[in-house]
Amino acid sequence: MADGNGNSTKLADRASELGGKVTDSQAWNSIFRPGSIFRKGYTDSPRNRSYVVMNSLLYHLHPVKVKRHAVKVSYTLCLGGLSFFTFILLTVTGIFLMFFYRPTDTQAWANIQQLETAVYFGSLIRNMHRWAAHLMVISVFLHMSRVFYHGAYKAPREFNWVIGVILLVLTLMLSFTGYLLPWDQLALWAVTVGTNMMGYSPVFGTQIRYALLGAKEISGDTLLRWYVLHVILLPFVAVIFMAIHFWRVRKDGGISGPL
Amino acid sequence: MVEVPEHLLKRSAERRAQLSGTSGEAAPAASTETTPETPADAAPAEATAAAPAAVAGDDSQEITEDRDGVPAHLLERARKRRLAAAGGAAGAAAPAAAAASTSVKTAAPGAPSGTGPDGHTQRLLTVVKSGSIQQTRAEAVDKVHTWPHLLVIELAAALAVLAMMLIFSALVRAPLLGLADVNQTPNPSKAPWYFLGLQEMLTMFHPMVAGVTIPGMGIFLLIISPYVDKNPSNKPDDRKWAISMFTLFLVFWTILVIIGSFFRGAGFNFVFPWTNGIFFEL
Repeated sequence: MADGNGNSTKLADRASELGGKVTDSQAWNSIFRPGSIFRKGYTDSPRNRSYVVMNSLLYHLHPVKVKRHAVKVSYTLCLGGLSFFTFILLTVTGIFLMFFYRPTDTQAWANIQQLETAVYFGSLIRNMHRWAAHLMVISVFLHMSRVFYHGAYKAPREFNWVIGVILLVLTLMLSFTGYLLPWDQLALWAVTVGTNMMGYSPVFGTQIRYALLGAKEISGDTLLRWYVLHVILLPFVAVIFMAIHFWRVRKDGGISGPL
Repeated sequence: MVEVPEHLLKRSAERRAQLSGTSGEAAPAASTETTPETPADAAPAEATAAAPAAVAGDDSQEITEDRDGVPAHLLERARKRRLAAAGGAAGAAAPAAAAASTSVKTAAPGAPSGTGPDGHTQRLLTVVKSGSIQQTRAEAVDKVHTWPHLLVIELAAALAVLAMMLIFSALVRAPLLGLADVNQTPNPSKAPWYFLGLQEMLTMFHPMVAGVTIPGMGIFLLIISPYVDKNPSNKPDDRKWAISMFTLFLVFWTILVIIGSFFRGAGFNFVFPWTNGIFFEL
């Protein structure tokens, strides 16, 4: 028993010694910049708390200090952050789905079937992608309502509100283009109803509809077109607007309030 | 040409005369002026005792003097200060306080402190209202460190949502109906839920109004709302109109989406979900 204890303490010593060597190494210190909580000898002090943010990528998103009321969950309900997090979640799960999907009218539906039945976690990831998409529409909408009720769109934040409305439209378009991709009856007819409405736009209705569908009616061309919109073009545009949106939050003096 | 005030001319003339060598009178007076501190510390009790006496002695000559519109009580206060200083300088020679005060008055122009005609050491140049002065220091804001206060909350929220999504996705399957068939229209055909408000309005208005004009107007109104709402307050009590309008919009839209989702059956006719079932897929 005593022998076992001695061995285990020796092992623990060896382990901590090895850990110390690793965290002392040039490689480790080249990865984690000064002030990182993963560096050796990090202690909790106001100075180090500042360095954690200032010396990391986070500094592009957050200032070193924020207003005390801004930290209250009851003020923001985390809705903006939740929208962003669902976007990240959708990107990750979406990339996974792209490995198993071909955007053609003969293969798309079968690919989804195979994904559900023959791929490890395929069904789970597809479910997550679908539910997170709905959650994102809801959270973006609730985020907008929260901002309105707090009067947070007022000067100097008017333009960030406009960017927010653009992001809401982009979110709806992302969701709607994704709706077609499974190429099942639900997808086809939901998109038929949606695009028929757009066909009634004044003056250019027919042209707009043709540009969206890539043909006179929904077909394999539409599928390819919406796939490109869904996985590249709209996310690309959305990321640019998100970057401006987050940047403006800080430039306009942090989040609004308190009431 | 700018008119130089008379007292300044007078002072400069006196100064010039002093520099040109007639410093016989001014020098001793200046010495009593410049060394008031040292004896005053030694005998403060005597100085305070001497001061009232000196005031009493000088009352008749000086308090009524009201030159340049300076109120008499201010003149008196200034004189008391001077007397206190002179009395301190005199130290043990307290009885000479009255004489010293008069000598201060006459010799004041020669003093190195550069006083005005009545021994004033300050002049009022202008009055600046406090509001017009730019504040150079920002008001203190109650702030906390982003790490750990904000980042821990964000991490916790992200993990909670991730866990929720994982559990929900493991339990509830995303719909996948049969292969798309252009020749087989399901009844009813519904748009995604967030467009069902528009589809609902399609039953009331021309498609151009319901599908293009109304949503276009909605987006436009949202975009211009910060430029239309000029009310600077963010207090709910001050913006009842804006809040009621937005709430009306939300309620109206929610009701349309709910009707479109659950109360529309075959042929997009109005049905009750508890009698005809739900025609709704996410």
